[in-house]
Amino acid sequence: MSFSNLTRRGVIKTGAVAGAGLALPTYLSAAAHTGFTNAPTGDTVTLGFNVPQSGPYADEGADELRAFELAVEHLNGMGDGGMLNTFSSKELKGDGIMGKKVQFVTGDTQTKSDAARASAQSMIQKDGAIMISGGSSSGVAVAVQDLCQSAGVVFMAGLTHSNDTTGKDKKANGFRHFFNAYMSAAALAPVLKELYGEDRAAYHLTADYTWGWTQQESIQASTEALGWSTVNNVLTPLAATDFSSYIAPVLNSGADVLILNHYGGNMVNSLTNAVQFGLRDKQINGKNFEIVVPLYSELMAQGAGKNIAGIVGSQNWDWKLENEKGDRYKGTNAFVQSFGEKYGFPPSQAAQTCYAQTLLYADAVARAGSFNPCAVGEALADFEFDGLGNGPTLYRAGDHQCFKDVVVVRGKENPENEFDLVEIVEVTPTEQVSYDVDHPMFAGGDLGECNPGA
Amino acid sequence: MDAILLQLLNGLDKGSAYALIALGLTLIFGTLGVVNFAHGAIFMIGAFCAVTLSKLFNMSHKATEPTGTDFLGNPKFDDILYVVDWFGEDAGAWMVDWAVPLAILFAVPIMLAVGFIMERGLIKHFYKRPHADQILVTFGLAIVLQEVIKYFYGANPIPTPAPEAFRGSFDFGVLLGFDPNAVIYPYWRLIYFAFSALIIGGVFAFLQFTTFGMVVRAGMADRETVGLLGINIDKRFTIMFGIAAAVAGLAGVMYAPINSPNYHMGMDFLVLSFVVVVVGGMGSLPGAVLAGFLLGILESFASMNEIKNILPGIDQIIIYLVAIIILLTRPRGLMGRKGVMED
Repeated sequence: MSFSNLTRRGVIKTGAVAGAGLALPTYLSAAAHTGFTNAPTGDTVTLGFNVPQSGPYADEGADELRAFELAVEHLNGMGDGGMLNTFSSKELKGDGIMGKKVQFVTGDTQTKSDAARASAQSMIQKDGAIMISGGSSSGVAVAVQDLCQSAGVVFMAGLTHSNDTTGKDKKANGFRHFFNAYMSAAALAPVLKELYGEDRAAYHLTADYTWGWTQQESIQASTEALGWSTVNNVLTPLAATDFSSYIAPVLNSGADVLILNHYGGNMVNSLTNAVQFGLRDKQINGKNFEIVVPLYSELMAQGAGKNIAGIVGSQNWDWKLENEKGDRYKGTNAFVQSFGEKYGFPPSQAAQTCYAQTLLYADAVARAGSFNPCAVGEALADFEFDGLGNGPTLYRAGDHQCFKDVVVVRGKENPENEFDLVEIVEVTPTEQVSYDVDHPMFAGGDLGECNPGA
Repeated sequence: MDAILLQLLNGLDKGSAYALIALGLTLIFGTLGVVNFAHGAIFMIGAFCAVTLSKLFNMSHKATEPTGTDFLGNPKFDDILYVVDWFGEDAGAWMVDWAVPLAILFAVPIMLAVGFIMERGLIKHFYKRPHADQILVTFGLAIVLQEVIKYFYGANPIPTPAPEAFRGSFDFGVLLGFDPNAVIYPYWRLIYFAFSALIIGGVFAFLQFTTFGMVVRAGMADRETVGLLGINIDKRFTIMFGIAAAVAGLAGVMYAPINSPNYHMGMDFLVLSFVVVVVGGMGSLPGAVLAGFLLGILESFASMNEIKNILPGIDQIIIYLVAIIILLTRPRGLMGRKGVMED
């Protein structure tokens, strides 16, 4: 190596870059700020919505953004108010948050952890976002939650279903409204028992990443508790598109249930392939072969088309909930009305959780009387609320996970339109899907201390 | 034995798709010397030809009388298909059901046009540029094409089913003396295999038994000499680009019922197809087909539980492992020719 090209300008440039790099962690720990990170000083407050705007989950991200926009409108007193009218807490008056008008910036997670962190970081550093919300992947949620913890801002997770988000990777600054893999399994078990009996042999195909592992572990535990046996669990590459070579061995495995621990494009393709191979028409030991998809989403159902007919799964929420299951789920119709009138179609569960998270954050600030993340966290801890569409809900202090009823759905045989693809089979009550903070499936993590960034 | 048979069928089916895409890639590389990273996007556009025709056949207008209320409580009007209005109930329903096979007719002129436009409008400017430039520009083009498709069709997969008559599975096992339902295989996948064999055979026959094909083969072997004979080889190569695009496009059309098309599906196949081309031997058409089927079959067998239990994760690396082994032992690939990409 030679230093013969060393110049004064080069040294200054290198020094500036190195200095900026060294300063970054300092900025993110916000030691340079007084009070807490991005404390709002003017008459506005900025929220950062980090959703997939490109990549395979872009449509889900678009629905999340619609919900965020609607939530901001309602917080600022525009529109019909949506779920503000049904929310059990009455702190929000439609005058922004603590009198400050809400504005927002958006980032593109691309459903990649590094891109999601970069966009969240940009919103915090450049745009002064005081809260980050959104996302359609557990990998992304865990990564962004970790960043928000370091940066001293609140993270209100979007669609993230892995046990790890509020398990081994939980953080004091992170909060999840969406349900998780354990809850899906616990909600599905009694329904599966009723529909398919106690003597079943299950074959699992599992996406080979954090969400898939926790989903498989949870549903296997639940179904084995029913008396089902587990024939096999095959890990499939996340990048797989054709699942025929994984489906074929199921045919003669002795299994009479196939459990697809897949989400998004994986689920669309694996379910399509399974139906193509005639699994739905097959009989094993006198029993109809069944397929179970533990985590459903409206967009996945649209992608799979008629193949979802008769397939059972779980959801965090469904837009028909209040009409079919009554007042316990109040808020649902108000949200569907607002969303439907603005956009022309019913909202997805991803939209509902993002809308609810925005309102919950705003309400927590109002109740705390401060934007300080630690004050907000205290306000959210063990907060019991209702009227946001899921029935009575608890934001548990021990892990920052919401506990509420879980919806079990089944693909409709003859859907009337592309937004009415599933029917509600059952709503499993909160008590049956709850677990202790130190449950083994959630062990290994520590909330740690709240970081206000100062 | 039944499991092996099933994976063999799976391998042939996967191999069909790989071989078709790799065949088009090799045609372009062999004739024009261009490494076309946009070829996966052409496959994707083919699949979206099927989606588009299906959507066209499903275009509708609202009935005049409401039949109930929608989710907001407003009057709901049923959708009435234009094809039913124009061609009657039975013919309209038949067109909707047979949208994918009919899309073959729809896709051929579109894909030929896409090929011509791509070649004349962009790629011809890169013939004399280094392969790295060609890769960059065609990769960029692939991204542009997929973003255009995403803009119009969204990011979510779009179900495009096969005709009702071809849904379900064929019981192969019974034919071979196995128990009923021991070896069943989806009808449409069998059709896909037969269709691929037909296209591959057609391309080879075209090159082998027509004067046009003879000139193209001569041009692939020695472009300059063919040019000195007064033959406009560039024009023929441009046509071959169009044919290669049509081959990939048809592969995409027929693939649409197997997995719901999405804007990213071309990229999913692209890298694998390049591995197929390299393993087969750059510029070798029989090599591309052979390698396509070989890698498809190996990939399927590597997914068997018995294999994965011994070598966990082998299903994710098998294709690349085989590529390394073949390139170490046969640096020009299975059927590669001396002098191709060796200057």
